[in-house]
Amino acid sequence: MRELGVQVFAVSTDSHFVHKIWHEDELSHMVEGGIPYPMLSDPGGEIGRVYGVYDEAGGVHIRGRFIIDPDGVIQAAEILTPTVGRNVEELLRQVKAFQHVRASNGAEVCPAGWRPGGKTLRPSPELVGKVWREWSPKADLVLR
Amino acid sequence: MPEAMSCGKRTPGVGVIAPAARAPETEQIAERRSDVTLARVGHEAPDFRAEGYFQGEFKAYQLSDFRGQWVVLCFYPGDFTFV
Repeated sequence: MRELGVQVFAVSTDSHFVHKIWHEDELSHMVEGGIPYPMLSDPGGEIGRVYGVYDEAGGVHIRGRFIIDPDGVIQAAEILTPTVGRNVEELLRQVKAFQHVRASNGAEVCPAGWRPGGKTLRPSPELVGKVWREWSPKADLVLR
Repeated sequence: MPEAMSCGKRTPGVGVIAPAARAPETEQIAERRSDVTLARVGHEAPDFRAEGYFQGEFKAYQLSDFRGQWVVLCFYPGDFTFV
């Protein structure tokens, strides 16, 4: 993610003291060099509430992940209940897609199933009704 | 003792940061802002400041300080959990 120039933050309701010990006792053994991004503390879930991920009953955050562009605009959100973990590959794919669109100043968009290097579309009046000539649902399928 | 080390005390200035301009008629809504989901895809991310741990150090981070960069926020239930 650093190669993509992305700043990552992990946020839970745990205190920064707990983050420190979890990192020292467990995470640093799982990840070589330790976790390469800050772990933030959101006691009481105030930040999680405004992001719509705070679970009042459990007093913790559910798995919400937000991609925010350099202008501070949320471009994507994925929210899962806690029992299923996230897919980093999909996160990377989305970040690359949004970066690609931004780099093209919106001239290119990424169709369904896009992967890096895959075909993009250039929206224009000429493309209306002709997308089928440029792209098919079978192309660049991510789900198998 | 640095603020980040004090027991049971909230680090000053952390939490959701309200947008600067607020029209008078929305004041009622503003009072309940932390009960309202403000984050919307396609809109500006709600700003906040939070205490953090990174590579052995405690430091406060404010989201708006990272304008100009892509940011990924990952919320999760808690440390020492299993998934």
